[in-house]
Amino acid sequence: MAAKVGFDGEAAAALAKELRASFASSKTRSYEWRVSQLNGLLKLTTDHEAEIVDALNSDLSKPEFESLIYEICMVKSSCKLAIKQLKSWMKPKKAKPSMTTFPSSAKIVSEPLGVVLVISAWNYPFLLSLDPVVGAIAAGNAVVLKPSELAPATSSLLAKLLGKYMDSSSVRVVEGAVAETSALLEQKWDKICYTGNARVGRIVMASAAKHLTPVLLELGGKSPVVVDSGINLQVASRRIIVGKWGCNNGQACISPDYIITTKDFASKLVDAMKSELDSFYGKNPLQSKDLSRIVNYNHYARLTNLLDEDKVSGKVIHGGERDTSNLRIAPTILLDVPQDSLMMQEEIFGPLLPIIAVDKIEDSFDLINSGTKPLAAYLFTNSQKLKDQFVRNISAGGMVINDTTIHLAVPSLPFGGVGESGMGAYHGKFSFEAFSHKKAVVCRGFLGDASLRYPPYTEGKLSVLKALVGGDSIVDIIRSLF
Amino acid sequence: MTEIVEETLCELRQTFKSGKTKSVAWRKTQLNALRQLVKDNEEKVFEALYQDLGKHPIESYRDEIGVVVKTINHTLSNLDKWVAPTKGKLPLFIFPTRGEVLPEPLGVVLIFASWNFPISLALDPVIGAIAAGNAVVLKPSDQAPACSSLIAKTIPQYMDPKAVRIIEGGPQICEKLLQHKWDKIFFTGSPQVGRVVMTAAAKHLTPVTLELGGKCPVILDSLSNPSDLKVAIKRIVSGKWGPCSGQACIGIDYMLVEEKLAPTVIELLKKTMKRFYTESPKDANCMARIVNKHHFQRVQNLLKDPLVEASIVHGGSLDEENLFIEPIILLDPPLDAAIMNEEIFGPLLPVITLKNIQESIEFINEGPKPLTIYAFTKDENFKKKILSETSSGSVTFNDVLIQFLCDDLPFGGVGSSGFGRYHGKFSFDTFSHEKAVLRAGFFPELEARYPPWNNFKMTFIKLAYDLDYFGLFLLLVGLKRY
Repeated sequence: MAAKVGFDGEAAAALAKELRASFASSKTRSYEWRVSQLNGLLKLTTDHEAEIVDALNSDLSKPEFESLIYEICMVKSSCKLAIKQLKSWMKPKKAKPSMTTFPSSAKIVSEPLGVVLVISAWNYPFLLSLDPVVGAIAAGNAVVLKPSELAPATSSLLAKLLGKYMDSSSVRVVEGAVAETSALLEQKWDKICYTGNARVGRIVMASAAKHLTPVLLELGGKSPVVVDSGINLQVASRRIIVGKWGCNNGQACISPDYIITTKDFASKLVDAMKSELDSFYGKNPLQSKDLSRIVNYNHYARLTNLLDEDKVSGKVIHGGERDTSNLRIAPTILLDVPQDSLMMQEEIFGPLLPIIAVDKIEDSFDLINSGTKPLAAYLFTNSQKLKDQFVRNISAGGMVINDTTIHLAVPSLPFGGVGESGMGAYHGKFSFEAFSHKKAVVCRGFLGDASLRYPPYTEGKLSVLKALVGGDSIVDIIRSLF
Repeated sequence: MTEIVEETLCELRQTFKSGKTKSVAWRKTQLNALRQLVKDNEEKVFEALYQDLGKHPIESYRDEIGVVVKTINHTLSNLDKWVAPTKGKLPLFIFPTRGEVLPEPLGVVLIFASWNFPISLALDPVIGAIAAGNAVVLKPSDQAPACSSLIAKTIPQYMDPKAVRIIEGGPQICEKLLQHKWDKIFFTGSPQVGRVVMTAAAKHLTPVTLELGGKCPVILDSLSNPSDLKVAIKRIVSGKWGPCSGQACIGIDYMLVEEKLAPTVIELLKKTMKRFYTESPKDANCMARIVNKHHFQRVQNLLKDPLVEASIVHGGSLDEENLFIEPIILLDPPLDAAIMNEEIFGPLLPVITLKNIQESIEFINEGPKPLTIYAFTKDENFKKKILSETSSGSVTFNDVLIQFLCDDLPFGGVGSSGFGRYHGKFSFDTFSHEKAVLRAGFFPELEARYPPWNNFKMTFIKLAYDLDYFGLFLLLVGLKRY
């Protein structure tokens, strides 16, 4: 059910209108519909594993392992969790009514927002398309998904599979690029979820502003790893490596972007990393099947540009090899890249890992805080004091101590950014909430009507009012009545 | 003007960076000081509100001072709980990793207050922002100049001027403020200006909370018990003309009633209004006046349409010099007139008759989602239908306005009535970033996480995702194929 070539403003308006009508019919609100759709997503993911792996291989040369673990398994887990918890998520939550309105009862009811737009990214094109869709559907919305055109095989597969397995009256895929996305953004949606970069995030939010549409923006940033001395270097290196090159070859929003360590410790860290890199990817990492390629030539050129900048050449201490025809760059480590180099000014999103060496490990805080708030921040240390300082003084979407990226897989923690790295959060129950409106409901009876509420206003009424509001004791309240 | 904004922002950023506002002790001191400010200046607040809006002290206490005192009390009682991290449940296979969500302040926040509740709608968000540990710039409404001036004068006397600043002014200063980057913008006002605020915020990826308005309907079902009907009418009258003479975002905008009940209802409304406001409401001193000439003329214009004018069944006296409009009831004005398409925000109550009260749901759904829906009914099925078939910020059954007082309920809109919410802990949350923090140990090490990939590792991780601990055990002891 993909949109045909030439999906323009008219087509977008028609699509929005159609889905609005579908939502208005209340079909998507029912528990049964939501569960059936979630099961549909689960089934399409399970039954078409091989095709999904192929598409990801075509788009990113993503190793089968990564495709299965980071894309397929995660979508399946998301679906299963939502199916399991949905009844409980949908239940209204009792709230404490105000004493001043006794007797009354209060509750918070979750309701769907309506028709939501999910704009996905190219680096985890399957996961980042379907994970938000799971949340949107669990919350009872109709959904339009716009997969990234930079991962065309996955985009096409999503269009085909969702068309086959999902209720097309309420769940649709629109394929395309800038023109199609712009056409979609002109319409009024009840929520927009965008995963991508800050530049486009601004455009999405500005478009949303025209319709007062709330947004969930999952952006990125330079996620730092601070490495203290006196730690288990082997474990730390492996965790950094797998978070960096093991995640789509560094093309992940929460991949370690750069390392900060002390001048004294740097060489030890570098040695440990080199050794682990060899054991993971062999002597010829350009040939390793366990590394994704760079997604396309534009990004390849962008990355080689970062490497070839004058300020930076000569700082490579490991790797640096490239294979233009296969769009591959070997895991590359650099040491002491200048702060004003391009590499340190923008999110790298690739297999280059600069190490900044500082005098004292505490200097890393100022360095991190001089930049914009990242999506993730990591610290390897055994010092409780440093852990506390790090957590207290660094602001980031999420943080992990002594590991990297694993918070992505923990559904009980909200996943999202702050500042330039985004706004809003999802995963697990947070996905359900991101796509819901929490409606406050108060019920009163007709008894218990205090004349104090009504005009004509008198001095006596004023003093009772003050007593009630001021939290005075019952005795004082009674006293004020006379 | 530019300098004031830039200097203020610069200073507040320094203050925030110093960590001062993060201290819970500091936050409590500020809140205590604010409570003292309100108590010490009660008479001055009454005077300012009388000057700006003609509010009676009871209205001022009930809707403004009382609200602020109640909010501060509630916040101080709960702050220690709110700042504590919330533990997250983690899957067993990453034991002994611990996860939590830690609330942290966003930084320097900008609050725009509106003119109709110029004290409470200015200070309530400030309380939330400070409770969450931020530095704050408050821009009171220039359309309530006495209150704006009072706030600007007293806040620096009681609160920390390095962290809490008032910037007064009109549209020009608003524009200047919006050019800068803030860590959050909280806006109370109209949807038109809400769009402007969000568009400006988009340039800096600043998250926003928009508390807007809409046409809040009251559905009046038939109530067989005459004393219930009397109570309902009293509450409706107080919900329409009580808060700032109808100039309230959650004030009743219009009424829906069955046509056979309309005559009785209108008679009862008239009787109740006479009791509350006397024959000459202007002299009774129990009703606020219209804020200024611009709004007076705006409301007056709603009555200019001859068909609208012809539908007036009570009241109709307008005094431009004193900016006073007596309560006006209209019966079935034309549905395409401005009075039925714009938020009235004034003391005019259109009564719309329906053949069957159940039609009120469809009627409401034809317009944008309101901030609140009121319904007086004893029919439990009808209540259920209203809840599930309409969407609004909140719903209150058998009373009016009380959802505003309940600290346990989120207060905010949906669709064009806004997004985001506050009150109680929701205020704290709205000005916080919920940071996910995972703390891992160096042991145990899961070899399956690291390349080179193979079938064993693949099976291991798949089982881990499924939380299939038994399967994992079998795999590890060599009893499971992979």
